[in-house]
Amino acid sequence: MLKVKNINTYYGKLHALKNISLHVGAGEIVALIGANGAGKTTILNTISAVTPPVNGEIHFGGALINDLSPDGVVRCGISQVPEGRQIFKPFSVDDNIELGAFLRFRAGEKRKEITQDKETVYALFPQLQERRKQLAGTLSGGEQQMLAIGRALMAKPKLLLLDEPAMGLSPILVQEIFRVIEELRRQQGTSILLVEQNARVALKVADRGYVLETGKVILEETASELLANKDVQRAYLGKDKKEIWER
Amino acid sequence: MKIWDAKYECMPREELEQLQLERLQATLNRAYKNVTFYRKMFHQADIIPENMQNLSGLAKIPFTTKEDLRMNYPYGMFAVPLREVVRVHSSSGTTEKHVVVGYTRNDIKAWTNLVARVMTAAGVTRDDMVQITFSYGLYTGAFGFHYGAEAIGASVIPTGTGNTEKQIMIMQDYKTTALVSTPTYAITLAERMEKLGINPKGLSLRVGLFGGEPLSEAMRGEIETRLDITATDNYGLSEIIGPGVAGECEYKCGMHIFEDAFIPEIVNPLTGEQVPAGSAGELVLTTLTKEAFPMIRYRTGDITSLVYAPCECGRTMIRMNKTMGRSDDMFIIKGVNVYPSQIKTVLAAIVGMEPHYQIVVDRKGARDLLEVHIEAVEGIFFDEMKKQKAFLEMVEKKLRSVIGVGAAVKLVAPNTIFRHEGTTGRVIDKRKI
Repeated sequence: MLKVKNINTYYGKLHALKNISLHVGAGEIVALIGANGAGKTTILNTISAVTPPVNGEIHFGGALINDLSPDGVVRCGISQVPEGRQIFKPFSVDDNIELGAFLRFRAGEKRKEITQDKETVYALFPQLQERRKQLAGTLSGGEQQMLAIGRALMAKPKLLLLDEPAMGLSPILVQEIFRVIEELRRQQGTSILLVEQNARVALKVADRGYVLETGKVILEETASELLANKDVQRAYLGKDKKEIWER
Repeated sequence: MKIWDAKYECMPREELEQLQLERLQATLNRAYKNVTFYRKMFHQADIIPENMQNLSGLAKIPFTTKEDLRMNYPYGMFAVPLREVVRVHSSSGTTEKHVVVGYTRNDIKAWTNLVARVMTAAGVTRDDMVQITFSYGLYTGAFGFHYGAEAIGASVIPTGTGNTEKQIMIMQDYKTTALVSTPTYAITLAERMEKLGINPKGLSLRVGLFGGEPLSEAMRGEIETRLDITATDNYGLSEIIGPGVAGECEYKCGMHIFEDAFIPEIVNPLTGEQVPAGSAGELVLTTLTKEAFPMIRYRTGDITSLVYAPCECGRTMIRMNKTMGRSDDMFIIKGVNVYPSQIKTVLAAIVGMEPHYQIVVDRKGARDLLEVHIEAVEGIFFDEMKKQKAFLEMVEKKLRSVIGVGAAVKLVAPNTIFRHEGTTGRVIDKRKI
């Protein structure tokens, strides 16, 4: 579905991504694991053309999408849920959700279909349905995250890019968000590329993962193998901190 | 027949190549970060591992040799702290300083899965009773097959080596259906059964997986008829993982290399350059998933060639032919690389069994000469001069077509050739003396 080959991305002179190659299969949940500044968010932003790559290839559904603009990337079926939700706080929940279908309105799609999809989103997040008239800024952190995901889903993505969906949420809400992520894959077969500081939670729902360090991939394994990997445990799962073997 | 891990074993080539690239990049970055030897190697070769953009770029990286592993004895090549290693094995080499290899828990899991692929391809199922006659020790063979068989759900009988009569008794009484052994030991078993008056056809045995030494076609035929089983070949070495690198499927037309875990290359043993696709040369392997003991461009010393044609079994993984010998045995005559095992195969095919023979290389003036001496035995010795001449000419013609250079074939008296083990010492190169 998504195939990334040797992408290099710079922030000014800073070489943020160094020949990153990765793939996400149809209906697959893939996690990107790594410390702050390793390049996880940059990968998502590069795929969604917010920070386009200097070189390399990004294929989606067989087509090369390197040169697309951010809205072009959304049109071809990739939606991003940005870090920190970035919802439109002064707007109502309902308006926020509808804005997610902006490009579909533009393309002249029938209102009826879009309304139908809105109901599907509300079915996925019953809490939002109760607050559909409420201003988005008044929602709790968890609800805002649900709203951000719901908004992304309105573009009918085949691939969802999720940036730190668990950030700042209580454990119960984190569980709820990840329940929905699994539900999405089960119901609609959506592929998901997930960036998450909370590696343990991410690896529990993911099929596979990539471990990043300073803009490079250093490990590609199944999620269960990554959970069992001592290096990953030490660095990202908060285990086994101090003991480092002397060579 | 069943395929153990169809998602990978039958992966479309394009997807497989993407996966190989991803894993190669990660392996190089990890080896650079965690193994002093590799960091130095990359620095010396002026290579930045993160710059690797495609699989063909691999050819620019220096080789890792057995000597490198010996120099880093025992733990210098490990990429993880020892406390993360759950197992060490060592290579079965005969030299004083052997090679120590390590496995993390994930490595053991991956290894198990790879051997399960080999065994499933050979026809082993959960209904089998698998008798493992390899040594359970530092050597990787027994444990690899043990794990693979258990993963499939078969029942393992870990007899280990030796005590042939007890092995046979167990084989009869426990109703062994699958035998894991060296080809030589399978023949020993067959011979002993004959002596004891046991008819192998009365046993439950149906498949055999052979390793530890190459399974020649002649040996395969002999084992299959004498033990009444299907015999498959597989390939592996401790430095890479043990058994589970490659294995034959039911079509027995080469061993599928598990390319999601290893990248194979064939190089000219002298120049180190990659040979054209399909040509013979030394097998070089790079591991893609190993955590504790990653190997980058490891020179196996084994001479083989790769087969790229699709296989009827449905696996998309390329195949390697039987190893034709060790790169150390190779000699060059008239600019052509010749392996003693090529000559052995030709002779065995003509005579019907492996004769005692000696290869003599000499130089007259600027010309290289190749002679093959064969001990006369019944069947190749003729009273009639004409017949004898015709026979020798036929052997010479066959040899020329296989090795590419002319060889003079001579018959010598019985018991005049020193008895060698395998192909070592088969060649007398007078050019060097």
